[in-house]
Amino acid sequence: MKNFHVAIIGGGVIGSAIAWELSKYKLDVVVFEKGSDVASGTSKANSGVVHSGINSAPASLKARFCVAGNKMLQPLSNQLGFPLEWVGKYVVAKNEEEVKELEQLKTVGENNQVPNLKIKDGKDIKEPNVSCYKALWVPTAGIMLPYKFTIALAENAAENNVNFLIETEVKDLKKVDNHFLIKTNKGECQSQILVNSAGLNCRNIVSMLEEPDFRLYPCRGEYLVLDKNYSNLINSMIYPVPPKELGVLGVHITPTIEGNILLGPSAEFIDDHEDKRTTKEMMQTLFNEAKEIIPRLPEKAVISAYSGIRCKLASPDEGGWADYRIEESRQTAGLINLLGIESPGLTAAPAIAKEVSKMISKSIKLNPKTNFKTRKTMNKRFSQMNPKEQSDLIKKDERWGRIVCRCEHVAEAEVIEALSNPIGAQTLSAVKYRCRAGMGRCQGGFCTQHTVRIMEEQFNIDVNKIKLKSSNSKLFSGRTREIKND
Amino acid sequence: MINLYADVAVIGAGPAGLAAAISAHENGAKNVIVLDRNSWLGGILPQCIHDGFGVEETGTSMTGPEYAEMYINAAKKQGITFMNETMVLQFDKNRKIIAINKKGLHEIKAKSIVLAMGCREKTRWNIMIPGDRPSGIYTAGVAQAFINLYNIMVGKKVIILGSGDVGLIMARRLKFEGAKVLGVVEILPYASGLPRNVVQCLDDYGTPLYLNHTITYIQGRERLESVTIAQVDEKMNVIPGTEREIECDTLLLSLGLIPENELSRNVGIEIDDVTGGPIIDQYFETSLPGVFACGNCLQVYDTVDVLAMDAKKAGKYAVKNSIKQNKDINVKAGKGIRYVIPQKISEPGKIRFTSRVEKPCESPILRLVSGDKEILKKKLRWANPANMVEFDAVISAETIKSDTALEVLLDGC
Repeated sequence: MKNFHVAIIGGGVIGSAIAWELSKYKLDVVVFEKGSDVASGTSKANSGVVHSGINSAPASLKARFCVAGNKMLQPLSNQLGFPLEWVGKYVVAKNEEEVKELEQLKTVGENNQVPNLKIKDGKDIKEPNVSCYKALWVPTAGIMLPYKFTIALAENAAENNVNFLIETEVKDLKKVDNHFLIKTNKGECQSQILVNSAGLNCRNIVSMLEEPDFRLYPCRGEYLVLDKNYSNLINSMIYPVPPKELGVLGVHITPTIEGNILLGPSAEFIDDHEDKRTTKEMMQTLFNEAKEIIPRLPEKAVISAYSGIRCKLASPDEGGWADYRIEESRQTAGLINLLGIESPGLTAAPAIAKEVSKMISKSIKLNPKTNFKTRKTMNKRFSQMNPKEQSDLIKKDERWGRIVCRCEHVAEAEVIEALSNPIGAQTLSAVKYRCRAGMGRCQGGFCTQHTVRIMEEQFNIDVNKIKLKSSNSKLFSGRTREIKND
Repeated sequence: MINLYADVAVIGAGPAGLAAAISAHENGAKNVIVLDRNSWLGGILPQCIHDGFGVEETGTSMTGPEYAEMYINAAKKQGITFMNETMVLQFDKNRKIIAINKKGLHEIKAKSIVLAMGCREKTRWNIMIPGDRPSGIYTAGVAQAFINLYNIMVGKKVIILGSGDVGLIMARRLKFEGAKVLGVVEILPYASGLPRNVVQCLDDYGTPLYLNHTITYIQGRERLESVTIAQVDEKMNVIPGTEREIECDTLLLSLGLIPENELSRNVGIEIDDVTGGPIIDQYFETSLPGVFACGNCLQVYDTVDVLAMDAKKAGKYAVKNSIKQNKDINVKAGKGIRYVIPQKISEPGKIRFTSRVEKPCESPILRLVSGDKEILKKKLRWANPANMVEFDAVISAETIKSDTALEVLLDGC
């Protein structure tokens, strides 16, 4: 039975950040991910915001890791090649009453050492389409593509010999002597340390080893995605004053790196944490609330909708706000739990990973690798290159000159590169999140057949095994007609 | 950068692009280049293996591939240059095209450009169907491509939303291949595809058509498991209590087509909000001199025959390059009319108009007026939004000089 130093449960942004941090050391590390790719839960379905730290209570873990993570992201972006932009954010107040809330946010932010916060008059903000009375300007807030960030961390960790086991679900855990015995749907293994970064499944994981002392309150957030044609509606993120209840930030308008604008998220406590539906009511509400901030928001601009689920430790009755729990279990030595990592978890991820690595170093000596590999895939898309760079690539390999996604101008070579990822994720979604084929306004109308052709011809994937996003999300029911080879 | 020159550059090698290219060549353009992103010629035609193509144009009913072959052969005989697997990234006001293919980046200077990019299908999100996001949801055209071009079956128990022609054709096609087609759901009180397709593709095979119905929910976390259909009232609001869940593993969407005009928009060509295509004059010339538009990127046609006949005119006019010299008058869609093409007229003469009505109607009267002056009055046997209305009218120099917009109206509806 394979024995690992560290087993990480969950390949979301937290698990992937920890895996990347640990991949710098001479350790055997495994990550179990029940989805067909990393970032297949909340880590891909959020606002993609780099938070500054104005929304978290001073001295909380949320504030501490958010502010620390915020400072780590630019160097990480340079190193791993995922895109990041410091577009800043405005929290807008509609009236004098709400200005008090801005002042409070500013005080909290300053307590958390967030620099250069400023309350501006509505007429002084650089957003011609936004109507407001006053706004708090937060220059150290930014945007990134949350799935790209997670994928970059995970792939570079995998390139440095972390084992990512996808479609592998942890079924049972036992602590035997000084190690964990881990049963999965694909076999068993052992580890010395067990990191529980299972997100919405973190309670299930704990309960395999001990009686959990907490409950989870999944809270769904729905989003709308706007066509790139409307990217010039805003320059920065536009947030309302946070609603007093629920412990969420309210429906905001977020630009993305790729030019699509996001509207959302809503906040709805649900029972089933896998219920990622979108609802008619909420789609309308999101649109209406966004339209209050941007009166000229066009009706026909939506090209997609999705939802993500927040992992909350506080019930709606308690106001939905609770701090993170990042701790070694008192009952089960070696079990490191990461509980209730909701927003600003994306920003906090690299700082949380450092903390976890420090916790691990108490029981395992961490010796740095001398042969740590930098990331192979850099994330400049073909369509963003200059003509000289494009021509050079086509000269080297003609597959760069074959565009297979008409909306996002993705080259066949990029699809092939996406399908060759070191995680082994080969779903249509894995392609989409890596190179954007299928993410544009036609939503896969043109590229799906090309991607499927490439999967069949160049990767020998059986047509019956081609999946959209998860192990049972098959795309096809076989051949239309079987061809007999006489 | 590879530099090329064209008298006429045609963007898109579907039926419109082929017809326009051939006609441009026949009318004197020596150097005609057709650019297309697919590895084949004919656009959508090769996957349309049903028949009915070419009846109006040639008197013979052909399949899509046969119809395409007729044009491809003619084009090849004339020595038209085709560039396949070539994506046009942009063109500018001076008609300099930037395109890419496996040989590299190309810069093509064109005397005229004919836009023939076709259209794309509306998706689930164009009508915002709530629910889960499982696999098993295809636009009808994508499903058609998989089945007919790639020999891949998309599913076994199928519901089709939208009664556009592609959806109707696919209902029959899936039935032929052994799938259960549980029904076609249409929100309107009438089918949006051609009446003959309703008969030949649904009625003949006992496939139910649920008019005044829509899909209100999609269920299935991995593969599609069911959809909820419900009846709607005359304002298209769901009637509570009429919802019912239908188990299925595949949903085909035939919700209509959107003309593809990203390239046109990027260069600043004026687009008609209703058609989704460029605003053109009687010579098929867009608001950008020297750039012409035809085919489904101009307006979504009913049949390839009419589309090709119009595209040939566009190709012919493109040879003369920018004809536009006079000021033009507008043509407006009046009462009962959804749109009229051309939207502008710059010179007197006999002009062919194409238009669509807003709703079905028995024996209405079609009128073309210039202020108080009636230019044309024509009694129609019936009118249906699914059937394009074509009519000719002679527009006098006086009418153009009057500077009054023309208006097309439908009386008696």
